[in-house]
Amino acid sequence: MGIAIRGWSSVLAAATLAGCAGQGTPIGGGGDAASKVYVAPGQYDEFYAFMSGGFSGHVTVYGLPSGRLLQQIPVLSQYPEKGYGYSEETKALLNTSFGFIPWDDTHHPQLSTTNGEHDGRWLFINGNNTPRVARLDLTRFETEEVIEIPNSGGGHASPYLTENTEYVVSATRFAVPTPQADVPIEGTKFGGLLSFVKVDQASGHMSLAFQVHMPGFNYDLSRAGKGPSHGWSFFSSYNSEEAKTLLEKNASQKDKDFIAALNWKQAEQCVADGKAKTWPARYAHNIRGEDGIARTEMKTSTTVLEPSDCPGLVYFLPTPKSPHGADVDPTGEYIVGGGKLATVLPVHSFSKMQKAIADQAFDGEIDGVPVIKYEAVNACEVQNPGLGPLHTEFDARGFAYTSVFLSSEIIKWDVKKCEVVDRVPTYYSIGHLLVPGGDTRKPDGKYVIALNKITKDRYLPTGPELTQSAQLYDISGDKMQLLLDFPTAGEPHYAQAILASKIKDKQLRTYALEANKHPQAVKAEKDVKVVREGTKVHVYMTAIRSHFMPDNIEGVQVGDEVYFHITNLEQDWDVPHGFAMMGATNGELLLMPGQTLTLTWKPDRPGVFPFYCTDFCSALHQEMQGYVRVSPKGSNVKISYNTGQ
Amino acid sequence: MMSPTASAAAPATGGAAMRRVALVEDPMLARSSRLLLVVAAVALGSIYVAPLWHIALEAPQYPEGLGMYIWAHQITGDLRSINGLNHYIGMKEIHPEAIPELRLMRPIVAGLIGVGLALAAWGRRVGLYLWTGLFAAGALVGLADFWLWGYDYGHNLNPEAAIKIPGMSYQPPLIGPKQLLNFQATSWPALAGWIASGALALVLVLSVREWRRARRAAA
Repeated sequence: MGIAIRGWSSVLAAATLAGCAGQGTPIGGGGDAASKVYVAPGQYDEFYAFMSGGFSGHVTVYGLPSGRLLQQIPVLSQYPEKGYGYSEETKALLNTSFGFIPWDDTHHPQLSTTNGEHDGRWLFINGNNTPRVARLDLTRFETEEVIEIPNSGGGHASPYLTENTEYVVSATRFAVPTPQADVPIEGTKFGGLLSFVKVDQASGHMSLAFQVHMPGFNYDLSRAGKGPSHGWSFFSSYNSEEAKTLLEKNASQKDKDFIAALNWKQAEQCVADGKAKTWPARYAHNIRGEDGIARTEMKTSTTVLEPSDCPGLVYFLPTPKSPHGADVDPTGEYIVGGGKLATVLPVHSFSKMQKAIADQAFDGEIDGVPVIKYEAVNACEVQNPGLGPLHTEFDARGFAYTSVFLSSEIIKWDVKKCEVVDRVPTYYSIGHLLVPGGDTRKPDGKYVIALNKITKDRYLPTGPELTQSAQLYDISGDKMQLLLDFPTAGEPHYAQAILASKIKDKQLRTYALEANKHPQAVKAEKDVKVVREGTKVHVYMTAIRSHFMPDNIEGVQVGDEVYFHITNLEQDWDVPHGFAMMGATNGELLLMPGQTLTLTWKPDRPGVFPFYCTDFCSALHQEMQGYVRVSPKGSNVKISYNTGQ
Repeated sequence: MMSPTASAAAPATGGAAMRRVALVEDPMLARSSRLLLVVAAVALGSIYVAPLWHIALEAPQYPEGLGMYIWAHQITGDLRSINGLNHYIGMKEIHPEAIPELRLMRPIVAGLIGVGLALAAWGRRVGLYLWTGLFAAGALVGLADFWLWGYDYGHNLNPEAAIKIPGMSYQPPLIGPKQLLNFQATSWPALAGWIASGALALVLVLSVREWRRARRAAA
């Protein structure tokens, strides 16, 4: 027993010693890594990284190279902290043809481009569960618009942008009956729609232009052509077996699946020539107007193009095996298929593809889509890519970086020579990766970021659920060097990074009160009022350091719907006010200077209930409070309130 | 407009007595002085296109600073923010429309410019003295008035203010820096203020020069 105890204590002692240095020897990093990611207090990062929050439904913003979290932007999930999806102004953004949906799974942020380069206008991101595309404004870091994609099941190959952001492209991950119908699952031929959403270049407003009706494969990821391949979009697909059950086996039988190469300029022509059909559809389009209020328009039809009705529209490029990525290099010539079950990394050539089409080098066709011969389109195969290559981005020096899931590594390879030149492990199970500007014509290079699926022992454990994490590698030298692990809020499914200089100086500091077009805005304290309309009570309130006006309200009754329309009268940078009402069953409001937002409250009992400012605004923040008196239904207490006069 | 000048008349005839008579009897400004008087008067027109004074406020929470530009006819800058902050110490809100000087200053300066140009045309030395005196007096009255407004804002505080510090007043500095609670206030002329100051300095120098020229001639 004594020996056993001594034995245990020496183990404990060893563990304690090891505890001083994490798990003992750090894995990765080292050398001058710390100085390369150190951004001194008060200094700015060089890049903004926009990371999807994965199943959080948000977008998170990080600074690079420090890995510091700068902001969380709610997009397709409610976010009570900002009243997002709760306030009257933002609720409609989450409307769909299925009704209000409080959550979605955001996967692929895409920064808008002009001439294939990030232009800093907008960020788009997809809803993977109930197919939607959201557009975020990059002067306010807010969601402005959400469009639902009809006739789709899972908006995964989404939202990929054409070279000048002419279109946001969204393709269905799940084949479904097209159009939807009550049919047996087995024995029914499903379809897959590739949807092209037009983007208005001035306003950014989206509209569904047309959908291409493809075979019922699973469309996974997409990239648009650029330079010489501008006008084309490439979609990876798997499950060309069209299995409906146990896909992990049944969709993994063929040696090759396909990358679909689609000529969207040809599609525009065919639509203009009247070759498309109109299908009935039902999908929501939600836009936040100039008055700051989001409204939903329910659309009722869609334009669908059959490949067989539009020759030259789309071709299949055979690609081993179950490809994930379909990534176009900065020159626009090479299309890299990340075959997640493949033993090689196939690189297709756009110019070879053009020649093959001209020569009709086809291997039959599927549902009217010609299949180009593999040898006629393939430029080369990168050997030894590791196990499970997924997604490729590029630097400005002719190198490509591919994430490899199963062997948990990043490979660096020479695009021209088609050979691997370096590889580094990731911790662990990398999904997507990101090189700043790495999918554009002008990559910024410098770093590659691994967006990992699991973290295991990399951080202090936090119960069964561990943190999500990304890793930053320096790629400026011959060898990739791990610099930093940093935890992320939500799954960092995919991310894009932009030079801070492209958007930093465009940031809105305050909303100009004079320009506030909200119909319930109150721009001066003397104009505040409380108005009863039946069982609705509208409170037109102002907030300024350090009081609400009015801050004493009487005459509200149990069962009323009370709308607090609050305008933040501040015009100073970084002086938001919050508004929280006791017993409100939704969230709070977070009001930026000059902004008007509305919180609804349904008092359920008589009494006097306080409200207060939640965002520490001033030395007298704690005094920023008020009361609402609630009387029983039918009470003769009249509406009254103070005005400070 | 050309009038006989000392330099044209005196040296040609020679003789001290003769020169003295000619100079004493010539009350006209040197041509360069007249031109520079015109320049000074015209320069005052800058108050129509640029602010006169700038008060800058800096505090730990305002690394970007707050500022207020005082023009002849308006006050611009972060007035709303400054008013918002000032309510803590009970300072009255600054409402430019309630300051009559902002309505008067432009006509007064316009008059000063007109008079300056007329006196330059007139060309007599005494005109320069007169204008310099008017300008200097106007500037002094203006600064004194500015100080009085500052005194009023800084001392005449709402007794119900949240922040009350015995003995503390918040008069902004007329010129230079001053610490007011967490704010460092700094007051300096702005573009039109500097131009007007330059114009005043110019006519003062001109007056001295003309005065000495007259004295020298008389000696």
